[in-house]
Amino acid sequence: MIMCKTSKEIGGMGHSLKRKEDARFIRGLGKYTDDVQLPGMLYMDIARSPFAYAKIKSIDKSVAMEIPGVLAVITGEDLKQYNLHWMPTLMSDTQMVLPTDTVMYQAQEVAAVIATDRYIAADAVQALENSIEYDSMKPIIDPHKALDADAPLLRPDKDGKTDNHIWHWQTGDEEATEKAFSEAEVVVKEQVYIPRIHVASIETCGCVASYEKAEGKLTVWMTTQAPHAIRTVIALVAGHVGLSEERIRIISPDIGGGFGGKVPVYPGYVIAIAASFLIGKPVKWIEDRSENLQADSFARDYHMTVELASTKEGKMTGLRIKTLADHGYTDAAANPSKFPSGLFSIVTGSYDIPTAFTEMDAVYTNKPPGGVAYRCSFRVTEAVHAIERITDVLAQKLGRDPADLRFQNFIQKDQFPYRSALGWEYDSGDYAPALRMAMDMVGYEELRKEQAEKRARGELMGIGISSFTEIVGAGPSKDFDILGIKMFDSAEVRIHPTGKAIARFGTKSQGQGHETTYAQILAEELGIPAMHIQIEEGDTDTAPYGLGTYASRSTPTAGAAAAKAAHKIRDKARKIAAYLLEVSEEDLEWEPGKFFVKGAPERSKTIQDIAFAAYTNHPQGMEAGLEATHYYDPPNLTFPFGSYICVMDIDPKTAEMKIRRFVAIDDCGNIINPMIVTGQIHGGLAMGIAPAMYEELIYDDDGNILNGTFMDYLLPTSVETPNWETGHTITPSPHHPLGAKGVAESPTVGAPPAVANAVVDALSHLGVTHVDIPVTPFKVWQILKEKGVIS
Amino acid sequence: MSKHSITIEINGESFTREVDSRKLLIHFLRDDLALTGTHIGCDTSSCGACTILLNGKSIKACTFFAVQANNQKIETIEGVEQGGQLHPLQEGFHQEHGLQCGFCTPGMIMRGKELLEKNPNPTEEEIRWGISGNLCRCTGYSNIIKSIQYAANKLNEKQEEAA
Repeated sequence: MIMCKTSKEIGGMGHSLKRKEDARFIRGLGKYTDDVQLPGMLYMDIARSPFAYAKIKSIDKSVAMEIPGVLAVITGEDLKQYNLHWMPTLMSDTQMVLPTDTVMYQAQEVAAVIATDRYIAADAVQALENSIEYDSMKPIIDPHKALDADAPLLRPDKDGKTDNHIWHWQTGDEEATEKAFSEAEVVVKEQVYIPRIHVASIETCGCVASYEKAEGKLTVWMTTQAPHAIRTVIALVAGHVGLSEERIRIISPDIGGGFGGKVPVYPGYVIAIAASFLIGKPVKWIEDRSENLQADSFARDYHMTVELASTKEGKMTGLRIKTLADHGYTDAAANPSKFPSGLFSIVTGSYDIPTAFTEMDAVYTNKPPGGVAYRCSFRVTEAVHAIERITDVLAQKLGRDPADLRFQNFIQKDQFPYRSALGWEYDSGDYAPALRMAMDMVGYEELRKEQAEKRARGELMGIGISSFTEIVGAGPSKDFDILGIKMFDSAEVRIHPTGKAIARFGTKSQGQGHETTYAQILAEELGIPAMHIQIEEGDTDTAPYGLGTYASRSTPTAGAAAAKAAHKIRDKARKIAAYLLEVSEEDLEWEPGKFFVKGAPERSKTIQDIAFAAYTNHPQGMEAGLEATHYYDPPNLTFPFGSYICVMDIDPKTAEMKIRRFVAIDDCGNIINPMIVTGQIHGGLAMGIAPAMYEELIYDDDGNILNGTFMDYLLPTSVETPNWETGHTITPSPHHPLGAKGVAESPTVGAPPAVANAVVDALSHLGVTHVDIPVTPFKVWQILKEKGVIS
Repeated sequence: MSKHSITIEINGESFTREVDSRKLLIHFLRDDLALTGTHIGCDTSSCGACTILLNGKSIKACTFFAVQANNQKIETIEGVEQGGQLHPLQEGFHQEHGLQCGFCTPGMIMRGKELLEKNPNPTEEEIRWGISGNLCRCTGYSNIIKSIQYAANKLNEKQEEAA
């Protein structure tokens, strides 16, 4: 039950306030990057490589340049004159903006065309693509072959590099884990692959770059989740050509879905900026869907060997994981600097495992760079899949009910704050009630009976559980930075004389509803109605500096900053109220919206009275005005959790699969807006079943992508998506000022193993212990055929 | 490239323009007329972000030439609100939290409009199949279905009041 401290009119935390941002979107009046049109605007389009690995022999610009309306063809050699042909990645690797000699993956940018019209630009790209000659080479597609002795050296540009190994990373106690395994009564082991997928937000990426020569100012409307960081990166990369940070304005307008795919800097942005800078006119670049799927950052692509040790009674005693990570031709992941494999070390999950060791090797291949989010930024999905899958494998081996085994191994409520074997301090949790609630909601015991009866009749159904622990809200400055910039976030709040407010943030919503939820946080803390608080984000000229929105970090960081800024405002408001009421500050009590005199509640001043006085009648010696800024450095991450149950029916003749039920119990601490939280969970669940059942970027041996359009890269539609059944437990974060934790990526993290576990559960009596995601009907059909179920 | 003079009635207003024969309707609407509420999400008519109504029938404007719409009637998201009154579908998406980033929303509303005109009392299953040509990456669809059900109820109430 969610209790509200404020009235519905104020609309603070716990109210399902309808979203303020809807007003423009339901009328088609949202303003996305591609909606920006400027006088004299030019269009950019990009010629791309047909090969995964090739030397560029020659680029003949002349045919493209002869097309009327074509103003420029830009190649790597052109950018090289300004030292802009390479750029740094977020992981301190380097990435080509445009190549000067070698292409490293199919669909890589090779040259750009600037024209007066989008159709002319497309004509010119076609002409240009026919005028580039290549010498193709045999690419490395399988990461397991990247370190073979005869593998070509993919990055000879990197000084001293003699192989395709990028980095080795390990954490945990190797020796103690080795001992736990050698002494274990039971050990289970599986090879688990988390395939390469793509966020595929419905809006693709792009920008409109406008350099005004007279003022020397660059304005870029850009599909970016982190506008401030982008501004700094551009200043660092292009400072030498005269773009200094005060003359760069990044505007992140409405964003049509981000999910992490709009965190990186893509070559297209840089080329468009360079073109506008050189030509002095606005340049628009919007990629099409196939460019988006084929060239923009991928997610995941982890090949894991997962081992779990236990006693014969089922008490987990050790966890060991070895991973091979395919990063494509450069490490362009988006992780905090000190965490090359993100927060993968959350992999001990919800279980009290005394010792663990995990190691990882990243390699180069001839595939697009990335390793960014798919609604889960920092490799938590990979970790949760590993632990939740192997837990079911252990249950199967021991002949135990998977729910039972989880209850036995859960970290208990009184163990929090809990220090995990891999070093995290979990802030709060209470795992058993969430799983119990999910089991009650789905009718677990009855389903198990039904399953037994069906099995006897030769019918296939499975029940899959996932009891995940998340780790979000990056992060504390002692450990978390991106390119050296600490991962705090910010809020700047100004109260107007009439008691209304504007607040600006360093984050950037891509559909999460910040215009509503941030206003609710301020309403909660100041008592000003949420409808009277305007929220702005995404314009680096006006918003305070912040690291942006991804990894469910906005509520844990900027949301906390809003609360802290509100507290500063309240401190000043108390002084003004004391002055107005002619009492001492200590004699005043606060309730949302007003200060009143203790014991004399009729003597009070509303926040609106106080705001007016702050500009018209403030105490002598006090600064006028009522505003505050706060940069919030979280003391710890937050650890949301949940338990999901998926019920899957499988046709034993065709292997067609249908999710009959999907129950999701989430605990994200205190809830700001229940309607929005439930909406975030619905969306995350859909992005959970997507990689579990449908999505995978597939390459052939030559590095040709086989499903680079929406015709064959299958996003779930309304038909495949089940009705979501959701519920909550509430375990507040002890260190967050609002007790909130962050929620949007939890369901994407928790859902895939629930689906995979359901499918394996349906097939477990046939001796099946693991199926890699996506669990497609074809994979299951092959298993049924192999096991003789289908003749 | 040959030019054609075309006249199209869009949201009740007549527009006459010269267009290249190859210009797609979506670019005509967005670039030439600044009706940017209709979006582009793919190039293969798979996602439905560009859904509009042509003579009351939903089509995907990304794979339709502007010249094909000559002398016909088009309705886009910008024409759905009438006389300052939101359409029940617009209300429904707001009330039922049927949108997050808003990018697919105009296409969903246009598709929902045709769906409800043809079938004023759709079942959940009929709505699911009815909008299966429109992709949403944010909502997980449940609330979109509720939004369309909200509109169906509202439209039926209005019908009854009128009768």
